Amino acid sequence: MNINIPTPLRAYTGGQQTVSIPGATVGEALEALTGAYPELRQHLYSGEGKLRSFVNLYLNDDDIRYLPQKEATPVEESDELSIIPSIAGGCCRRLQILLGMPNL
Amino acid sequence: MLHLSYSDYAALRAHGEENYPHECCGVLLGNSTPEGNQVREIVRAGNTRTDRAHDRYNIAPEELIRIQRQARKQGLDIVGFYHSHPDCPAQWSQTDFAEAHWVGCSYVITRVDQDKAAVTNSFLLTGTSEEDKKFLDEPVEIAMNEAEIEQERGRS
Ligand SMILES: [Zn+2]
Repeated sequence: MNINIPTPLRAYTGGQQTVSIPGATVGEALEALTGAYPELRQHLYSGEGKLRSFVNLYLNDDDIRYLPQKEATPVEESDELSIIPSIAGGCCRRLQILLGMPNL
Repeated sequence: MLHLSYSDYAALRAHGEENYPHECCGVLLGNSTPEGNQVREIVRAGNTRTDRAHDRYNIAPEELIRIQRQARKQGLDIVGFYHSHPDCPAQWSQTDFAEAHWVGCSYVITRVDQDKAAVTNSFLLTGTSEEDKKFLDEPVEIAMNEAEIEQERGRS
């Protein structure tokens, strides 16, 4: 199957945007991916081997956290797995109001 | 250095004004070059943080996947993101830093005062991991044509 690598992780896949990886399930494909590109592992998983909380894995258009079989979900050659780190943030207004700080 | 056309620059600032008092957010598509991130197109994204839209933003991964798919067809890549800070400095916040994970990408922040865009700044996320990541102030180069220079003169 094809795995889409996000911009920040391409340094560990030789610059490749998409890598073709064998595997019968999502989990097997991920195992093969980190086997082929070992440096990826620490960016995807925490020290305890859990997927980092900000890393989203999507099988085609579905979040694998919400698939009934999760990482054991079978995959086909034509499926696409996307690794998408989260995009979020915010500003500090509440704190400013609390502290009565002037706007900078 | 972040390279941006004047029309994209104006469009992301206008997005912040339209969404005031809520935060706006979007994606910068383009190419990463040795001279920095070159933006070719900006794409507006929805803010999923409807619970705290005035001071938080989040782009749904589903939406990002769609944007990425479309970008790839055009030979473009995700090179950064933008969002607004309603009545708040155009500086990254602790939340912005904690939730920034796209190393090599530009994070553009526009301060919006009432419903007028004020300062726009860019920060490049650098580092090799979550543990040593860092935001660097990133200069922004805005490409303007003659008409746009006139337009901007008229404004100030
Ligand atoms: Zn912010």
